[in-house]
Amino acid sequence: MLLTITTTHFPATDLGYLLHKNPARVQTFTLNFGKAHVFYPEATEERCTAALLLDVDPVGLSRSSSGARGSQPLEPYVNDRPYAASSFLSVAISQVFGSALGGRCKDRPELPAQSLPLTVRISALPCRGGGADLPERLFAPLGYEVAAEPHPLDPAFPEWGESAYFTVTLTGNLRLSDLLSHLYVLIPVLDNEKHYWVGDDEVDKLLRQGEGWLGAHPERELIVRRYLKYRHTLADEALARLVGDEEPEVLDEPGSETEIAAEGALTAAPDAAETPTITEESVAEPRVSLHNQRLEAVRDTLKAHGVRRVLDLGCGEGKLLRLLLKESAFTEICGMDVAHRSLQIAADRLHLDGMSERQRARLTLFQGSLIYRDKRLEGYDGAAIVEVIEHLDPSRLEAFERVVFEFARPGVVALTTPNAEYNVVYDTLSEGKMRHSDHRFEWTREEFQSWAGAVAARRGYTVTFAPIGPWDDAVGAPSQMAVFTLGTEAATN
Amino acid sequence: MNIKIPDLALVVLVGASGSGKSTFARKHFKPTEVLSSDFCRGLVADDENDQSATKDAFEVLHYLADKRLALGRLTVIDATNVQPESRKPLVTLAKRRHCLCVAIVLNLPESVCHERNAARPDRNFGPHVVRNHTQSLRRSLRGLEREGFRYVFILNSLEQIEALTIEREPLWNNKKHEHGPFDIIGDVHGCFDELHTLLITLGYTIELSGGRYAVTPPAGRKALFVGDYVDRGPRTPDVLRLIMDMAADGHAICAPGNHDAKLLRKLSGKNVQITHGLEKTLEQMEPETPEFTQRVREFIDGLVSHYVLDDGKLVISHAGLKESMQGRSSGEVRSFAMYGETTGETDEFGLPVRYNWASDYRGSAMVVYGHTPVPEPQWLNNTINIDTGCVFGGKLTALRYPEREIVSVPAAQVYAEPVRPFLPDPSQIALSAQHQDDGMLEIEDVIGKRLIESTLAGNITIREENSIAALEVMSRFAADPRWLIYLPPTMSPCETSDAPDLLEHPAQAFAYYRNQGVERVVCEEKHMGSRAVVIICRDEETACKRFGVSESTLGACVTRTGRRFFDDAALERQFLERVRNAAGASGLWEELSTDWMALDCELMPWSAKARELVRRQYAAVGAAAQTGLADAVAALAGAAARLPEAEALLSQFQERQSMTTKYVEAYRRYCWPVASLDDFKLAPFHLLATEGAVHTGKEHVWHMDTLARLCRADERLLLATPYRVVDLTDEASVADGVAWWTELTGNGGEGMVVKPWDFIARSGRGLVQPAVKCRGHEYLRLIYGPEYTAPANIERLHSRRLNGKRSLALREFALGVEALERFVRREPLRRVHECVFGVLALESEPVDPRL
Repeated sequence: MLLTITTTHFPATDLGYLLHKNPARVQTFTLNFGKAHVFYPEATEERCTAALLLDVDPVGLSRSSSGARGSQPLEPYVNDRPYAASSFLSVAISQVFGSALGGRCKDRPELPAQSLPLTVRISALPCRGGGADLPERLFAPLGYEVAAEPHPLDPAFPEWGESAYFTVTLTGNLRLSDLLSHLYVLIPVLDNEKHYWVGDDEVDKLLRQGEGWLGAHPERELIVRRYLKYRHTLADEALARLVGDEEPEVLDEPGSETEIAAEGALTAAPDAAETPTITEESVAEPRVSLHNQRLEAVRDTLKAHGVRRVLDLGCGEGKLLRLLLKESAFTEICGMDVAHRSLQIAADRLHLDGMSERQRARLTLFQGSLIYRDKRLEGYDGAAIVEVIEHLDPSRLEAFERVVFEFARPGVVALTTPNAEYNVVYDTLSEGKMRHSDHRFEWTREEFQSWAGAVAARRGYTVTFAPIGPWDDAVGAPSQMAVFTLGTEAATN
Repeated sequence: MNIKIPDLALVVLVGASGSGKSTFARKHFKPTEVLSSDFCRGLVADDENDQSATKDAFEVLHYLADKRLALGRLTVIDATNVQPESRKPLVTLAKRRHCLCVAIVLNLPESVCHERNAARPDRNFGPHVVRNHTQSLRRSLRGLEREGFRYVFILNSLEQIEALTIEREPLWNNKKHEHGPFDIIGDVHGCFDELHTLLITLGYTIELSGGRYAVTPPAGRKALFVGDYVDRGPRTPDVLRLIMDMAADGHAICAPGNHDAKLLRKLSGKNVQITHGLEKTLEQMEPETPEFTQRVREFIDGLVSHYVLDDGKLVISHAGLKESMQGRSSGEVRSFAMYGETTGETDEFGLPVRYNWASDYRGSAMVVYGHTPVPEPQWLNNTINIDTGCVFGGKLTALRYPEREIVSVPAAQVYAEPVRPFLPDPSQIALSAQHQDDGMLEIEDVIGKRLIESTLAGNITIREENSIAALEVMSRFAADPRWLIYLPPTMSPCETSDAPDLLEHPAQAFAYYRNQGVERVVCEEKHMGSRAVVIICRDEETACKRFGVSESTLGACVTRTGRRFFDDAALERQFLERVRNAAGASGLWEELSTDWMALDCELMPWSAKARELVRRQYAAVGAAAQTGLADAVAALAGAAARLPEAEALLSQFQERQSMTTKYVEAYRRYCWPVASLDDFKLAPFHLLATEGAVHTGKEHVWHMDTLARLCRADERLLLATPYRVVDLTDEASVADGVAWWTELTGNGGEGMVVKPWDFIARSGRGLVQPAVKCRGHEYLRLIYGPEYTAPANIERLHSRRLNGKRSLALREFALGVEALERFVRREPLRRVHECVFGVLALESEPVDPRL
């Protein structure tokens, strides 16, 4: 919430003309989230520093409510927004330093076009998701010398590690208006938090402020995605306009779905950490391909067994359902998930409302749980249970087993789970860690096969196993599938 | 003429158009009991005579009739019903709902009908219609009984119709007026000696004179028998004689068993296989007189499949009975009551596999039955099988009702060998039938909109959207539901203080209770940790026997959302052992005659469970604030050195900096690293329940003092909670209470919880808040933000609404107590789980999380 701009241009006090703010005054501006103060800690002809200090009203922030959450407050009272550099700073730059940002200077019209030696210091700039070198990656290509000083979460608890906040110092020789437009765009990008002003005209604002530098920036994709966070279509549109005909690589941003799902979870102050949410994609796995391979393997297995009426247990946001719907062999498809919010997303993505009556009749979605016996699950030919069991506490597997194999009792069950042995292949995964923070366990091939074998024996199924994903002789494939078929081997033969 | 019809029946009126069915129905039945096809035509097509709507109208009529019969309501069908094909769906429907069918035929001359129709302007159809009706009707008359009508009444003239009166009588199985007390006796199978001993044990006197038994029951009691009097045992005729004499004298009510029915068929000359002990019966009957045999035939023939007793609270039958069949009558009901339901499969002994209907049973009537020998009588979902295999060398068992006491007499010898061994393998601790059934909860018992009955607060509604949220949390995060016998309620703060610089102060908490008529309160120090519910068992066997868990464990420690507190199983084990040992050392097992206890506690440090939250939110905000404000103060100091006008801003930011420093100090107080169990502190404050008792009848001081003794047994882990009693009618005592709070919070403490003297307190307006919290000035920075104390901020924060939170706290409290009571009463897990699930669901209601 503090930004200082220093120049050693002679006379340095020209900075006052450029910013259109008198160095001999303390000025205060009222903005919709609080106040912005502008003053000069130093102002000599050799060296002049302007400070923009935000005074965000913490109570006002928490007491205003947003439409999306109904009566729920927008932000908790314990909140870094009053202290961290964020999109509020961008708003203040555009409103308080509007003419400088626009490259206009009434009294000294020649000044804005001049490159000046400038140093910017931003306090408590959150740099989230991207590593400590993110400020370097974003600012260095624009010609700055970058220094980022990290701050610990709490010096009294060194074991808690570093915070996300840095004091970032940028030094360069450039026009002030360029500097301000860089900050305008890149501060919220580094912060990577929700900002409150993403509307349709944001694309225009982004393109206007990014003119002349964003198109050629090596991190332009990350910048656009994060700047237009939570608005996929906007982001696609912006990228398309930036790169012309070049097709944007669509990369699902896992964070977005997580955020939405989190809102539905229980909200309570000190205990809220108990409810993380499941994203379909895990932290470590290279996404796109493996998950698709998994889904295709499951679909093919069910098809090969002649399944017509199929359950997708733990259907999530409906990726497998989409594949199943494309196959006319599946006459009845039922998706169940424990997360109501995921089902709503699935219904949206599959355009449930817009389906023809005939298509609509093939598909049923409902909320349910794999640890409660559910009569609605009885009488199906086959079931897919993709990446589900590892989200259950081991003590609940017994209930899961009974629900699926004793009561629902489909003819075929295709069940997948990660192969823990393969984790060593992922560089981003430190040793002993699991692929997803919600995984309660990850099994080796042997562990999985011994569990599945015992289930099959107890419940009168026959089980076979198949690897999914690229094979490695030492550790196998990243994912593993068990295919259970009803009836003992002797009976099948 | 007076006719009698069963009080639950489908009454089908049969008569041509114009025969006066509607008038007849109006005269004899309530308007809501009558479903008329004309009326249904009107419902679907706005015209009672629109014949094109007939098909839809009948669908509606059948639908309504089905609903009424399912709910046990007598229903009258007012339609012509002259053709067999129109009566058939009605008979089928009644059969499906196990109701008797009654036909009342208005068989009037064609001319009468014609005349009546002619007088009605809306009936302008030709004479052939009535003629066809009349002809079909007359053709039907003789076949009605064969079609499935149990009672057929044919009225052949206007006079007969006019003079008719209808009387409703209860079904034979309806003995709701019999209130007991009863002694319900299991399968006897000719074991006369054991039956004799059992009756004597139960306090009956039995005298035999002149070949007749004169039995005197203990005052007011009556014997109920669940059938299978005959076969396999040594003295079938004596058993029959005794039971028949008791029944004749009004001292016994008898249900028929499958063996009795088979004997009846044999005695009636039917060809039956002489197996399964029937050979012994026949041999023993040989010397008996033909009169005796005839008496047995009549006796068995007169037995009704099952009985509903004591205002519907008790049902007896031989093989049990599902709810939808109780108090009903059909072949299917009879067959279920005598033989049970089988799955169609056979087991390894070649016996049919019985469908376990009791596992699905959700009825409110207790069902007592026999039929399948079990080693011990077992309760399952409010049903109990009391056939303990006397004839196979087990014992003969009686259930005393309503006492629910079991009285058994061992078999003198093994009279027959069971095909399937029924005695348990002594090497294993077997889970009870209820515990086995509890292993699988059903989704139907938790989802959707629910109404949960509670002793404390009546019916509590759980809205569907809240059960949706709870299902997710329960499924993804909660511990094994067998351990979740309680979840704690949320707690409201006191009303907002009227002091301008404070949000909370004990004065408001005291005032609240004083206004509710509470004279004494208990103030307990509030610990800042994580709420924990600890269930602790004396040993693994108790965990298995009382909680039905299969793994070897001593209990559980769960958070307020039912999640396991410790991720590390070894650490949890150590923790539970320490608490268990403390309970042993403090002598509480013996003192409370229990093998387990449920404790409501706070587990510290806060950072142990909330570490991620502390890092992500609390410490992060501290780091951002410290960094940002230090830089701001430095910059402003530079400006102020040049410009005096910057000084005001400088001091304002210095103040902000100092508030955030206090905030950091505030959260640090509740954080410390945990390397071993000794770094944890568990502060129990409610001893919720032990075997046979929910301790909500004991005042808080008892809880505090009893738990303090527990804590003294392991002071490294357990922390007794300091408390003060405040007499609200005594100024000095109130001032002491306030002073204590000031001292606690002045040292940076979280504050205190004020509770009424009694655990459950009521005022004229109903249940009083079970607790109200008063949090400290510094602690509240963690709730309302580091700078909440700035005058401009605290002024705005003063307005807060507590009603929602308080109503929620009461509902959750009532559900939590209900869950414990049900558990202690040994109700099925689903009944306990329903309440716990309800607490979780209510927790998803949106309330201001800062309260």
